[in-house]
Amino acid sequence: MAVEDRRKTTSRVTLVQVVVAVAFAVLAIGFWVLQVLQHQQYNEMAENNHQRTIALRAPRGLVFDRDGRVLVENRHSYSIYIVREHTKDLTGTIQALAQVLGLDEGSVRAIVDRHRREPTYRPITIVPDASLAQVAAVVARRLDLPDVFVERVPTRRYPETMGAHLFGYVGEVSDTQVADSGDTLKSGDITGQSGIEKIYNAYLMGEDGARRVVVNSVGREIRTLEEVQPTEGKRLQLTIDIDVQKSIEDAFDAVGLNGAAVVLDPSDGAVLGFTSRPAYDPNAFAAGIDHPTWAALTTDKDRPLNDRVIQGRYSPGSTFKMAVALAGLEEGVITPDFHVNCPGHANFYGRDFKCWRLSRGGHGSIDLHRAIVESCDVYFYTVAKMVEVDRINKWATALGMGVLSGIDLPNEVQGLVPSTEWKRAKLHEKWYAGETISVGIGQGQVSTTPISMAVYMATLANGGTRVTPHLLKAVDDGSGWKAIPKPAPQGHTDIDPEKLEVIRNGMWGVVNEPHGTGDNARIPGHDVAGKTGTAQVISNQGKAAAGKTEKDLRDNGWFVFFAPKDGAQIAGVVFLEHGVHGGNAAMVVHHILDTFFAKKDGKPLPPKPTIVPNLNPSMG
Amino acid sequence: MFERRLYYHIDWALVAAMFALCGLGVAMIYSTTSDPTRAASHLWGTQLYAIGLGVIAMLVTLSIDYRAFTDKSHLIYIALIAVLLYVMFFGMVQMGARRWIPLKLFNLQPSEFAKIGVALVLAKFYGENRGAPQWTDLAIGGALTLLPLALIAKEPDLGTAVVLLPVFVAIAYLAGMRLRVLGIVFLALVLAAPVAWTFVLRPYQKSRISTFLDPSQDAKGAGYQQIQARITVGSGGLTGKGFRKGTQGQLRFLPVAHNDFIFSVLAEEQGFAGVLVALGLYLFVILRALEAARLAKDRLGSYLVIGVLASFTFQVIYNITMSAGLAPVKGLTLPLMSYGGSSMIATLAGFGLVLNVRMRRFTN
Repeated sequence: MAVEDRRKTTSRVTLVQVVVAVAFAVLAIGFWVLQVLQHQQYNEMAENNHQRTIALRAPRGLVFDRDGRVLVENRHSYSIYIVREHTKDLTGTIQALAQVLGLDEGSVRAIVDRHRREPTYRPITIVPDASLAQVAAVVARRLDLPDVFVERVPTRRYPETMGAHLFGYVGEVSDTQVADSGDTLKSGDITGQSGIEKIYNAYLMGEDGARRVVVNSVGREIRTLEEVQPTEGKRLQLTIDIDVQKSIEDAFDAVGLNGAAVVLDPSDGAVLGFTSRPAYDPNAFAAGIDHPTWAALTTDKDRPLNDRVIQGRYSPGSTFKMAVALAGLEEGVITPDFHVNCPGHANFYGRDFKCWRLSRGGHGSIDLHRAIVESCDVYFYTVAKMVEVDRINKWATALGMGVLSGIDLPNEVQGLVPSTEWKRAKLHEKWYAGETISVGIGQGQVSTTPISMAVYMATLANGGTRVTPHLLKAVDDGSGWKAIPKPAPQGHTDIDPEKLEVIRNGMWGVVNEPHGTGDNARIPGHDVAGKTGTAQVISNQGKAAAGKTEKDLRDNGWFVFFAPKDGAQIAGVVFLEHGVHGGNAAMVVHHILDTFFAKKDGKPLPPKPTIVPNLNPSMG
Repeated sequence: MFERRLYYHIDWALVAAMFALCGLGVAMIYSTTSDPTRAASHLWGTQLYAIGLGVIAMLVTLSIDYRAFTDKSHLIYIALIAVLLYVMFFGMVQMGARRWIPLKLFNLQPSEFAKIGVALVLAKFYGENRGAPQWTDLAIGGALTLLPLALIAKEPDLGTAVVLLPVFVAIAYLAGMRLRVLGIVFLALVLAAPVAWTFVLRPYQKSRISTFLDPSQDAKGAGYQQIQARITVGSGGLTGKGFRKGTQGQLRFLPVAHNDFIFSVLAEEQGFAGVLVALGLYLFVILRALEAARLAKDRLGSYLVIGVLASFTFQVIYNITMSAGLAPVKGLTLPLMSYGGSSMIATLAGFGLVLNVRMRRFTN
């Protein structure tokens, strides 16, 4: 029995041994599958586990003025962000971070919730431009905040608040921008969203570098595997003259009104200064604009984001008169000697049209020169009626109005100079001759952008060449400055120099002769030529109905100019929204020209001006 | 007590394989924990110390005739139950479980020694019975197993508790229990599973099982360890990433790498080649030790050997399967390799008994 028993034991031990051997064979096969057959897949997963690629943001290119002075630069900012990829307790992280930063937990949660649908590896920026105290607090508590990171980001800095609309602003790319860019933009990139920043983004945006690091299971960086340094964006030199730009800003600050101004070199269209008011602070966008600030900007009824220079369309008022005069002269309808009697008003097609000097009995018998100098409305009603709308349209267009200027800024808007064809095409109506009368003084259907008015002045100043306003002078791609070829003019019209001289003399008279409406812009020693314009925002009848005290109903004021009268070096426009009349705009222009010529003559620049605008609506 | 001639009958090949595995374990513990910036950098030294204590324990269990142990097995068993009861009320709590008795040098985990105690008492019980065990024998043996099992499960330490079951099954099997009975027991377990799921298992245990079936459903929580274990092993490849170069273990993606997942670290750093060496060593240890059951002078010795080996084999196979992410994560160490003093001492003491049986096969 014992022997039999032993044999049974032996066979059972053998069976156990076989079972164990089989189990080990199965284990070996299992490891073979994982480690050899599926190695590739798991190896990738392991690398994803422990390697992170951290983008090293490239600084955007610096922007200089025409003399090489810095207009836009970069600074370092710190952003604090959460990466959810390895978060085990997001709520805990949010609570701890809010407490460390002294923020409201709900607001931090709201930021995270807004990005909830994004991939978890994508950082969620909690504090875009963190204070050093916040950064220090987070770094000190790093072990408690494994999913919170601090990144040093080169951030745009606009040293002086000027030319906001000109420079534009930067911001994170939208999904549509990424989709439309081909391969050039990726999610999270900072890109130009308006102005120079947008249109020359391809130059300004550098190439981000990257750092591949090994991180441990709580996301802490252990060591760097590889580092590719970022490439700074290309440097740009603009045609802007910082002194002229500042003079515009100072004058607008002094006058305290909204509006737009642009001045350029009439020989080639190089823009020297460019301002739209009200402005915003582009620095607010640099590190990501916060919601309340953005909401305030977009809902402000003064529309600070609107670039009035290229997007505002306004009746040009009396500044339009030189186009009407030139049309009359060039089409042989009038001569400089042509006289009109102005009793203060006149009847056309059964309707009474007033001259601004009605209260003082009109201008009496007046020729073209005096009509420009004193801005007689009745004279230009009469000329307009004789020239007719289509020929006015032809010459206004030749001078640059009602068409795009072609400036190198995004989203320029086209003005309008009416014609019979336009009315038929757009409104499917016949043009009534009576409508031409208002066009004669730049009212009615006429609307122009300030930039097109600057081109208008440049064309009169240079003798018929419709220059293309432009901002970019040179680019430094790292191997030195390379001049950018000037853009070709938009067109050229031969103008009889004698007829042009009549217009120019009239404009000189506006500034320099007795009874001229633009004497505020006079600079002794420099023959400033200009023209005031006072454009109704609302018809006289409407104004009476609405009540005169309402600010929004006050007239807009224009001053268009070039100087000197012969061989002009500067041309431009100042537009004051509800500036009541052109004389106030001429005060702004005075400071701009004073600065420009002081610099040209090597004299000290004038101090910041004090401008007291005359907002009494009775004047013209 | 120790006769000189017995020295020549010690199974040196088995001893060599065992200490090779211990050495492998120390190397892997060193690899994952020796980073000087971490507090745990001395763990490999502690492990060497535990091996030293284990060798002493092994010398004790080797020197005294195993029949002396089995003769006193009822006393050992009672002492074991007493200690487990003591732990239950006065034990030290760590990580939510009351498993330890704090001693000066290390924390003693009595449940590790329960395997030996149960093996001894069951070997004695079935060794004294002649012929195949009857239903009553199985019931008594089962009860002797279930008492400590219940106490350990209560700590809670379900992993270590369950390890006692193979001890009972293996000894009963070798004693002649019919395979049909084994089949019935197995069937009963399958039928009891839904009941256990509903009434016995705690939520974390349920989540471990459901996560095992689909790790991705909880990739950050319970499934995390399993996924990471699989990544660790899979990324090791054929030849591994090199000593101390495993990213998963070194960067702590793998939890308790020096303990439950020591084999994953080996697989990552030494690759499939290292895995084969380790598997070969374990297989050699088990098969070689089973030879002792065959060679044993008496049934008592055979049962003791198979009892000790049952828990060892079960734990080795389960832990290695788990370390590859192929079994639910359970707090079961890998004997001989994992970091842990009590486990090391108990395992070496158990092998002392195995060597003991083989060595004394010619004595009377």
